Amino acid sequence: MKLDFSIGQGADIVVNYILDNFTPALDAIAATIGFVANGVQDLLVAIPSLAGIVILTLLSLWRVGWKFAVFALLALALVEHMGLWRAMMQTLALVLSATLIAVVLGIPLGIAMARSQRVAGLVRPVLDLMQTMPAFVYLIPAAMFFGLGVVPGTIATVIFAMPPMVRLTNLGIRQVHPEYVEAGLAFGCTPWQLLFKVQLPNAMASIMAGVNQTIMLSLSMVVIASMIGAGGLGNHVLTGIQRLDVGAGFEGGLAVVVLAVILDRITQSLGKGGSGLFRRLSLRSAAASPAGKSAGG
Amino acid sequence: MSDLQTGHDGSSSVKVRARNIYKVFGDEPERALKMAVAGEAKSDILAATGCTIGVDNASFEILSGEIFVIMGLSGSGKSTLLRLLNRLIEPTSGSIEIGGQDITRMSRRDLITLRRREMSMVFQSFALLPNRSVLDNVAFGLEVSGMAEGQRKDKAMAALEAVGLTPYAHSRPDELSGGMKQRVGLARALATEPGILLMDEAFSALDPLIRTEMQDELIRLQAESSRTVVFVSHDLDEAMRIGDRICIMQHGRIVQIGTPDEIVSKPANDYVRSFFRNVDVSQVFKARDIARKSRLTIIERHGVSAASALRQMERSGHDFAVLVGRDGRYHGMISQDLLVEKLRGQAADPYREAFLPEHHPIPAAEPLSNILGRVAESRWPLPVVEEDGRYIGSISKSSLLETLDRAG
Repeated sequence: MKLDFSIGQGADIVVNYILDNFTPALDAIAATIGFVANGVQDLLVAIPSLAGIVILTLLSLWRVGWKFAVFALLALALVEHMGLWRAMMQTLALVLSATLIAVVLGIPLGIAMARSQRVAGLVRPVLDLMQTMPAFVYLIPAAMFFGLGVVPGTIATVIFAMPPMVRLTNLGIRQVHPEYVEAGLAFGCTPWQLLFKVQLPNAMASIMAGVNQTIMLSLSMVVIASMIGAGGLGNHVLTGIQRLDVGAGFEGGLAVVVLAVILDRITQSLGKGGSGLFRRLSLRSAAASPAGKSAGG
Repeated sequence: MSDLQTGHDGSSSVKVRARNIYKVFGDEPERALKMAVAGEAKSDILAATGCTIGVDNASFEILSGEIFVIMGLSGSGKSTLLRLLNRLIEPTSGSIEIGGQDITRMSRRDLITLRRREMSMVFQSFALLPNRSVLDNVAFGLEVSGMAEGQRKDKAMAALEAVGLTPYAHSRPDELSGGMKQRVGLARALATEPGILLMDEAFSALDPLIRTEMQDELIRLQAESSRTVVFVSHDLDEAMRIGDRICIMQHGRIVQIGTPDEIVSKPANDYVRSFFRNVDVSQVFKARDIARKSRLTIIERHGVSAASALRQMERSGHDFAVLVGRDGRYHGMISQDLLVEKLRGQAADPYREAFLPEHHPIPAAEPLSNILGRVAESRWPLPVVEEDGRYIGSISKSSLLETLDRAG
């Protein structure tokens, strides 16, 4: 007997079924994500470019060091000079809101995976699917469900960028030294206390690596997301491609790289507790105040 | 198993009572347990079920206020046994009573309360939480049980003071040396004022000098306020040094429980014996442990003249005798030659004058290492007396050599 069915038709049917029956749910999701994404975007775009440059430079100085701060200052000035500041802020907004959503969804999912072998077994193939399915494939249904604009762009970005967040949270919690967990239990931790007082603090480096990876993957979705109207630097690159305008494409690409390098270095430092000038200053002040708040928590 | 329990008078109360505990690791614990109870070999159980028997029918009692050392080679199940006591590992069968409550039937909630109030633990690699200051590590148990911040910091500070680390309260654990870290681990365990302290190879990761220092520290803390300590170790020297009683495990089974002296003098099997191949028995044994009563003792009283004492000696073939009072106190040691000489010389008090000169008794608590020279030099066996002067036996060259040889 010849099997007669088509995967493609099945996918069509599912998408249409969702469109026909879950419009209110889709609208609610779109409204929530739109609220977050537009809120972040409005905020970032409202900051004057000069203030934005100062803020990012100071962040670099605090978290990384003065050499990197000098680089950040020059590179951001260059972006401003190319007239791409506003577009870069739109892209930053997309990256940050996608990362925020990925963190809010990914950390609890990662924790659930770490605690239950069954959840881990179910979630892992879904993560594989999310990471390997070509983005264009879900771009079209995303646009069908949520229309064009920032919302489907954010969703597509979350789908692609969230898996490392989940995986590294899971890994981080599983890799907490078993003696720490035993110590927590031996002193009478409840499961929640164990999670918040022992497991999460000791998985922090891994979780922050997950945040870093999510941000980097979000940036790599910038151009693709702009195809369904997410805007930002992706638009400039896309226009460059469409018009064979190598210069415009290069400028957009360069701004993406600048943003990527700055975000990467700053978020990497978050997992290590910072370095550089400000750290030394804060250590000095902590040492000056005996029994101070530095020991609290 | 009760025949394995020895020593200690019945006056101290039992803190922990474990009866027939088994721990089976693997997917088919029920079947493996049945086989283990039926006495089948571990290798057969493993082949049939894929399960290993971690603890095999362990029964013991731990007395209030004692240091109970669980000893064995790695893989003997000693750390597993320790973790059964606070259910970090769930026993497969058997009962564990702590203060009269069977903890194996306790609900999760009651178990957490028990862990918070009644017991705490010290770990081999310290297990200090790296994201917390020393003080916050020490306060951890109190924090978890919901004590207010000010109060728990005061208590933690007091615990830190007890181990002499007050100046380091605001340091991070990774800024401390190994010995200091374990002092923090000890302070953390003491801060909750537990009745039972579980110590898992607590000093094994420290170098020998610091280890001895920490053992002394534990004994000092124990003298200040006596807790029940269950101490896991693979080191017999350590067990001998700190243990009131030692429980020796082999392949998940308890092979012997006894005081250090009992373990050394009456090892249950070759496995136990193998532990003190390298132990300096002359440090472990006290004079009282090898003193023998078989020498001829003469009770000095009216009606027993020196002449009749001499006849006793001749009859029993001893060329010397120990003279004791009616109350068992040591009076002196006489040799046959000297007594004959004094009797011939018509001495007023032949006993007193026949006492071997310069033949002073050895205090019962003296370690053998301190008396080796005296025993070797003396022609006669040396008498051993308790603090109150009671004679308990004497040590001859041959009995000393025998002891040293038996353990060597």
